Amino acid sequence: MPEPVLSVRDLSIAYQARRGQVQAVRNMSFDVQRGETVALIGESGSGKTTVALGLMHLLPATARVFGGRVMYRRHSNGSSPAGREIEVLSLKGDKLRQFRWQECAMVFQSALNALNPVMRISEHFADTAKAHGYLSGFRQTTALRERSLKLLSMVRLDAERVWRSFPHELSGGMSQRVLIALALLLEPQLLILDEPTTALDILTQRNIMEVLKELRGQLGFSMLFISHDLALAAELADRVATVYAGAIIEIGDVRTIFRNPHHPYTIGLIKAVPTLTSDRSSLISVPGSPPDLIQLPTGCKFHPRCPLADDRCIREEPELTELESGHKVACWHWPEAREVLKVYQA
Amino acid sequence: MSGPLLALEHVNRTFTVKGQTIKAVDDINLNIQAGEVLCLVGESGCGKTTTGKMIAGLLPTSSGSILYRGKDIATLTNKDRKEYRLGVQMVHQDPYASLNPIQTIYQILAAPLQHHRFTRGEAETKRRVCELLQIVDLTPPDDYLDKYPHQLSGGQRQRISVARALTVQPKFIVADEAVSMVDVSIRISLLKMFARLKDEMGVGVLLITHDLALAKYFAWEGRIGVMYLGRIVEIGRAREIVDHPQHPYTQVLLSAIPEADPDVTRAKKRIQLRSMDMPSLLQLPTGCPFHPRCPVFAGEVCEKVVPPLKKADWGSDAACHLVQAHES
Repeated sequence: MPEPVLSVRDLSIAYQARRGQVQAVRNMSFDVQRGETVALIGESGSGKTTVALGLMHLLPATARVFGGRVMYRRHSNGSSPAGREIEVLSLKGDKLRQFRWQECAMVFQSALNALNPVMRISEHFADTAKAHGYLSGFRQTTALRERSLKLLSMVRLDAERVWRSFPHELSGGMSQRVLIALALLLEPQLLILDEPTTALDILTQRNIMEVLKELRGQLGFSMLFISHDLALAAELADRVATVYAGAIIEIGDVRTIFRNPHHPYTIGLIKAVPTLTSDRSSLISVPGSPPDLIQLPTGCKFHPRCPLADDRCIREEPELTELESGHKVACWHWPEAREVLKVYQA
Repeated sequence: MSGPLLALEHVNRTFTVKGQTIKAVDDINLNIQAGEVLCLVGESGCGKTTTGKMIAGLLPTSSGSILYRGKDIATLTNKDRKEYRLGVQMVHQDPYASLNPIQTIYQILAAPLQHHRFTRGEAETKRRVCELLQIVDLTPPDDYLDKYPHQLSGGQRQRISVARALTVQPKFIVADEAVSMVDVSIRISLLKMFARLKDEMGVGVLLITHDLALAKYFAWEGRIGVMYLGRIVEIGRAREIVDHPQHPYTQVLLSAIPEADPDVTRAKKRIQLRSMDMPSLLQLPTGCPFHPRCPVFAGEVCEKVVPPLKKADWGSDAACHLVQAHES
């Protein structure tokens, strides 16, 4: 098996707050394979965005990475050399700048805030290229323009018109597609998307999803996307990881996670989302509310909400264990986890 | 009792922005029976929130009228006006912004009880506040009385908002995206609570949402209205709308929704639109508002004539020229 593009190992990140330390990411480990799409799903405050910001060195000053390693491996794509392994967390200066955007680009949650309101879209492309020393020479203006226009039409925009526009002249969906094009400018091998379609209308959301699927097919990059929207994960992801209280509690192939989840939280979360085809009466709600990340519960972080919790769950936190190839669960009671549905339903 | 609880007759609402007129709600006619559950769905800018606000009396209509128990709410006088104001309550979208941060839960819930003389004396007020907290599943109530909103989770705050609406014993609650800011894992329990209000107290609910799957779940016994650019383009019983949508816009919406099931969502047939761009509200299309994007666009009639809501084959009402043709 080829080496993964990204390997995250035991990553821990905390924020300093007045009340104490917010443990946003705890001992998180996962891989993203070449060309693969991995979805991190979880509710607000579960720490999923913090992971992405940590990978890109974009954490606010109050945050600190406490431990772990993040390895990135570039694969050959014809023009560039392969096999380099980068330790992401220790990158600084030029090396970091190179890693950002050239190797790994990010599409942020709120498209309207991510673009500079006083710059035309063309200037955004020129700026990005200049900052990374890409096609920035005097003779290369035309080449840059051509590449940008090509990307803009790949995301199904009227390239010539958008090229001359200011951000306020674009709708939310259009801005989001501009951001995707901008992220792909330097041919990154990994694209991180933080809630790429939240706050967009259903039809616009559909359009963005189709664009992402198409681009993934054409350009072959890997995606790590972060969402609270299970439907989006079901549609785009190859593998899905459920995040709860800063840790991955279940990870596996998308079909396994949706059809045969084995963590009481994943089971509840999936059954909590109404779909057009689902049986109405099977919908449930997980009792209780997400934990306070400053004062985390002891043992398994889900135990205060879990119908199966016993003394062991209160004392010891379960680690991710492999049930079958690629499917890992962190629960002491995974064999009988399905039982929770009866309790949730009541 | 005869007649609908609420009736909207040719309701229009326009806003003026920088000298330009925007038509947010365009000729809506709607009857809502007492105790009915209705969901209005649509994309942002379709006028669903404006409609909800007008029903709750938070926004006057530009033309047309809204009748509460047969009387126009714009011209109600003292006693009737108070009855309407108490009878229709609103639960807002953002539970973080809609509760006063410097009042305790007890103060928030006691104020309307005392002001409108639903309770007399401290003891009775406290008893009623505890009752209300129990109705919205915040038990034991004593744990919540002295808390401030910031000490509660989003879901709990939304329950407080509902309890506050219930203080004045309303007949109807307008809930504007009331669960969309609440964590996914607890949304269903909130919806179940709304359903219980209807079953046990006969309180009708208008739920405004952009999520059709949620609307289907919630309005199973009631109706769904689909709005597009200020108009209701289709309205009918929830299961008919979801299983046999008549209007092409409803069909497109249903086909575009991703489903939380990898096999279902990847096998779904997607309907392509003629144009991806949402028309500007400043320049609404002539004729049928959906014609520039409609996948079954049929030429001149769609461009020129606004289709009225008509009864279609499956019992829902749809505003589309082609649905009409289908019937004959």
